[in-house]
Amino acid sequence: MSSYQLDLFSSLGINILLALSVYCPMATGQLSIGNAGFMAIGAYVSAMLTVHVHLPLFPSLIIGGIAAAIIGVLFGFPALRLKGIFLAMATLCFGEIVRNFFMNFLQTLTGGAYGFRGIGDVPILISWIWGWVALSLVFFFFLSRSRLGLALMATHDDQTVSELIGINIVFLKVAAFGVGAFIGGVAGGLYAHYYLYIEPEFFNVWESIFIALYVIMGGMLTYWGPVLGASIFTLLPEFLRFLQDWRGAFFGVVIIGLMIARPSGLVTREILRIDFWIPYLKRRKP
Amino acid sequence: MKDTPLLTLKGTYKKFGGLSAVDNLSLKISEGYIYGLIGPNGAGKTTIFNLITGVYPCTSGSILLDDVDLTPLKPYRIARLGISRTFQTIRLFPSMSTWEHVLIGQNFLSRSRIGEIFPIRRTQGLALRAQAEEALRILGLWEVRDRKAVTLPYGSQRKVEIARAIAAQPKLLLLDEPSAGMNIRETEELLSVISKIHDLGITILVIEHDMRVVMGVCDHIVVLNFGRKIAEGTPMEIRQNEEVLEAYLGKEE
Repeated sequence: MSSYQLDLFSSLGINILLALSVYCPMATGQLSIGNAGFMAIGAYVSAMLTVHVHLPLFPSLIIGGIAAAIIGVLFGFPALRLKGIFLAMATLCFGEIVRNFFMNFLQTLTGGAYGFRGIGDVPILISWIWGWVALSLVFFFFLSRSRLGLALMATHDDQTVSELIGINIVFLKVAAFGVGAFIGGVAGGLYAHYYLYIEPEFFNVWESIFIALYVIMGGMLTYWGPVLGASIFTLLPEFLRFLQDWRGAFFGVVIIGLMIARPSGLVTREILRIDFWIPYLKRRKP
Repeated sequence: MKDTPLLTLKGTYKKFGGLSAVDNLSLKISEGYIYGLIGPNGAGKTTIFNLITGVYPCTSGSILLDDVDLTPLKPYRIARLGISRTFQTIRLFPSMSTWEHVLIGQNFLSRSRIGEIFPIRRTQGLALRAQAEEALRILGLWEVRDRKAVTLPYGSQRKVEIARAIAAQPKLLLLDEPSAGMNIRETEELLSVISKIHDLGITILVIEHDMRVVMGVCDHIVVLNFGRKIAEGTPMEIRQNEEVLEAYLGKEE
């Protein structure tokens, strides 16, 4: 693979992880557009550990993820009182708080606005990234077939009824936020150790919104939705390079078109079932 | 009637602003019977269900299930103690199949916590699975188990709600106007369904406007008006009660 392709597939893997980190709270009906904040926490914590403490990469990634998860749970409790657009606003502010924190504090350790240089004692391979993607997909595969996954879906559909049939929705929603934050934190750690340089600006509102869009576009009811959404967002702009100056505009049109054609996302639960395709397959036959 | 009280309301009181929706209500639900809760619109029937299941906190008074006070508990705790309900307006989960509704109804019954994150097919106890199947068969939904519940006809959607509720193996089942919007044939079916559920040993409290249902299956009827209990007794007694007739038909001048 050329280094261009290598970079592309690495960022694809990281974006899939980030999409899954938004998918997790979204599976309980919570829209988060602040996940770049969790990514930043994971990136900075793991980078500080490898650079300043000389910890190996794997434990650093895990600790970075756990740090993000703890902050996520702490944030999740008050955020539970908010719904819909208000929760989205709160998460957006959260992302900005984290970005500003790393801009203005711990500057001797992280370089503040000048950026964090000197990450790279530890080499990272693309297989690390895809290993985490695989691990996450296995986790979501099990989750989607379990009773817990069903409880998440119930919470997503109707919180009041879920609680009345015995589901502890407070626990589920906070846990979903925490697990999502963990995955986001690990993705941030991988990002820092792949590109070997981070600065607070990488984790701004745009990043958060893009991550949320992966899920909204791809479909938020199955874990394949975020995977597909992240893939389209990462790869399609590359295939559109021949459009030159019109690339960004055309990509925007594609997104609007997709939202009109499939408002609940590209991948829904129906299309993953074989009986959805049977009429289409039959029509082919004379 | 034999008296093993399952649910006891003691001076239960609920105020919305200046309005007393439920006014000093005391009620005893004995184990193993079917109770009807009737009254004109706005009498506070659904509010009582919401108080029992913890949707609203009581303003004062207490609600006991087997001597456990439910009033400070969260709705999910109350459900786990053995109270299931259906809703006046159908509330199903739009993304779920009929079968999944029954499985999620059983969500707190599985003992193993670790099993929660593994595929249901592998770890779910055979007994639970059999009970889920039974719930669907009682309601005649076994054939449509793989269909999305919200795509079923109206009468069947109501049955999915009931199946979800009985899958939790409750001690007490609260049915909020189960026959609303059903045609005569569906109502007949509903009567036999209620009897079958009763045969499983589940105590039932049903809000109903359809007198065929009330008089047909209830052992005991409680009549409310303006949040107060105005009469209580067997269907026979209620039919002849002056105050009840007045509440429904108005006072003769």
